[in-house]
Amino acid sequence: MATIPTTASGIAAAIASKQITAREVIDSYLAQITARESDIHAFNLVTADAARAHADAIDADIAAGRPIGPLAGVPIAIKDNLCTHGVETTCSSKILEGWKPPYDATVVSRLRDAGAIMVGKTNLDEFAMGSSTENSAFGPTRNPLDTSRVPGGSSGGSAAAVAAGFAPVSLGSDTGGSIRQPAALCGVVGVKPTYGLVSRYGLCAYASSLDQVGPFATTVADAALITEAIAGHDAMDSTSIPQPAPALVASVSQGVAGMRIGRVTDLPAGAEPEVIARLNEAFAALEAAGATIVDVTLPSLSYALTAYYLIAPAEASSNLARYDGVRYGLRVNAVDTNSMYGATRAAGFGDEVKRRIMLGTYALSAGYYDAYYGKALKVRRLIAEDFERAYAQVDVILTPTSPVVAFPFGDKVDDPMAMYLCDIYTIPTNLAGHPAMSVPFGTGAHGMPVGIQVLAPALGEAPMFRVGGALENAAGGVK
Amino acid sequence: MSPSGTPISAADVAKVARLARLDIDEASVVHFTEQLAKVMGHFSDIDALDLSGVGPMTQPFPLVNVLREDVEQPCLDTDEVLDAAPSSDQRRFRVPPIIGLDD
Repeated sequence: MATIPTTASGIAAAIASKQITAREVIDSYLAQITARESDIHAFNLVTADAARAHADAIDADIAAGRPIGPLAGVPIAIKDNLCTHGVETTCSSKILEGWKPPYDATVVSRLRDAGAIMVGKTNLDEFAMGSSTENSAFGPTRNPLDTSRVPGGSSGGSAAAVAAGFAPVSLGSDTGGSIRQPAALCGVVGVKPTYGLVSRYGLCAYASSLDQVGPFATTVADAALITEAIAGHDAMDSTSIPQPAPALVASVSQGVAGMRIGRVTDLPAGAEPEVIARLNEAFAALEAAGATIVDVTLPSLSYALTAYYLIAPAEASSNLARYDGVRYGLRVNAVDTNSMYGATRAAGFGDEVKRRIMLGTYALSAGYYDAYYGKALKVRRLIAEDFERAYAQVDVILTPTSPVVAFPFGDKVDDPMAMYLCDIYTIPTNLAGHPAMSVPFGTGAHGMPVGIQVLAPALGEAPMFRVGGALENAAGGVK
Repeated sequence: MSPSGTPISAADVAKVARLARLDIDEASVVHFTEQLAKVMGHFSDIDALDLSGVGPMTQPFPLVNVLREDVEQPCLDTDEVLDAAPSSDQRRFRVPPIIGLDD
């Protein structure tokens, strides 16, 4: 048997050229899951039988000379807040436990059409609310690089699945950093595309003006490949940008000669010294590769956390009103509907979800709307305007992804504000609707990985992937 | 302190829990009030900003009406949808009485 390639592009090429079968690939990844999943808990559900059947079907297509998709035979893990037809989708919440969606998310059907094979549904902070995956109703995911530490969140299961070799690529969702932060903490690549580039149809909504689906991968090129596969207009999402998917893989190897890279001189403080050291090394590496470093200011950036933690809970309080025990999921029976709603939601939601629903309800309530939600929307505008001014001078901006490396379990779980501060560098992108990615770049405290974040203007995925590719090349030379 | 000048109170938390249809007991009200007061204390940082003349931004990009031809299209399978519901009756979602009944 030939060696199984470790990248999605390598696997697709080896299967298409008949060097290896899709069944051999899936069996190899399922064996890795069997070996380590009990230590990691990346998945809420492993769909082993369906994955083997799908692989056999692809091998049959190849044997018969029928056309196959560009990702034929590539195993992929799917965050458990993306709807999968007939396959349990829980959002890691008791309120949806056992629910089998009657339809597929657009990203799921696009990946299947491309030939990718789903290996399972990955764990997350309940309804994507959290930065450590400790808020899952089904128990936390552990960081494959040090199982005493969190994998980040909310897409901790998807990040851990790729870091543990359970799949070469996975999908997550990113509302305030939920792809990029766990990617950084697990030492893998994570991408949040431009708002509207990837369809949200079938993504269980958390904060609709911020949510976006994106990939995890071990290489920048694989992340570009999966972004290409899931991007492009979808009539089922009214915020979908009416353009076809951009070509992105070619950008990864184009280099950064002549590019202008922004360094934020008023970056909010709080990052660990090793994280700042890696950031400075990243600037030096890009400069050595031919880019110019340009100082920019983003004076409103430090207010992004407040804006986000008012806007996202406000939207969540509305979106999560649908979990009322009527159409799907849990119901706690009671004498009338109002009592049934209150009892069902109390039993079905965990504490962090309740906190955010209450925070959002408060921020939107009569007498407080202008003081909280209204002000937050104005701050959001200031942040977008800051970025607009900066992008008049630079092509992309570089920051840390997370102020800290992966932290031990229990460190922040009882202190919501400490947990929220994990998102300080990732949140501004979501407020603006821009793309951003995290690229592993050396290690920090305790030998845990550090991620460098590349931010780009709306639909700036091509320059973002150019810089991501250059950082990946340079990362081999840092500690 | 909140932007409106007073920290969130236990009575506020009990009220928003009711509005949000979340049954929470008194011990939880106390616990959530402490946590939310701490989080909202951080929010007063934006009081320092001059926001006069700044328009609210509700979406990354302006929303536009998305219309399609009014023609029949495939939709979800009714039986499959109802199978996933906690209770159904005569091809409808079944719920307890809207108004509480004694018997």
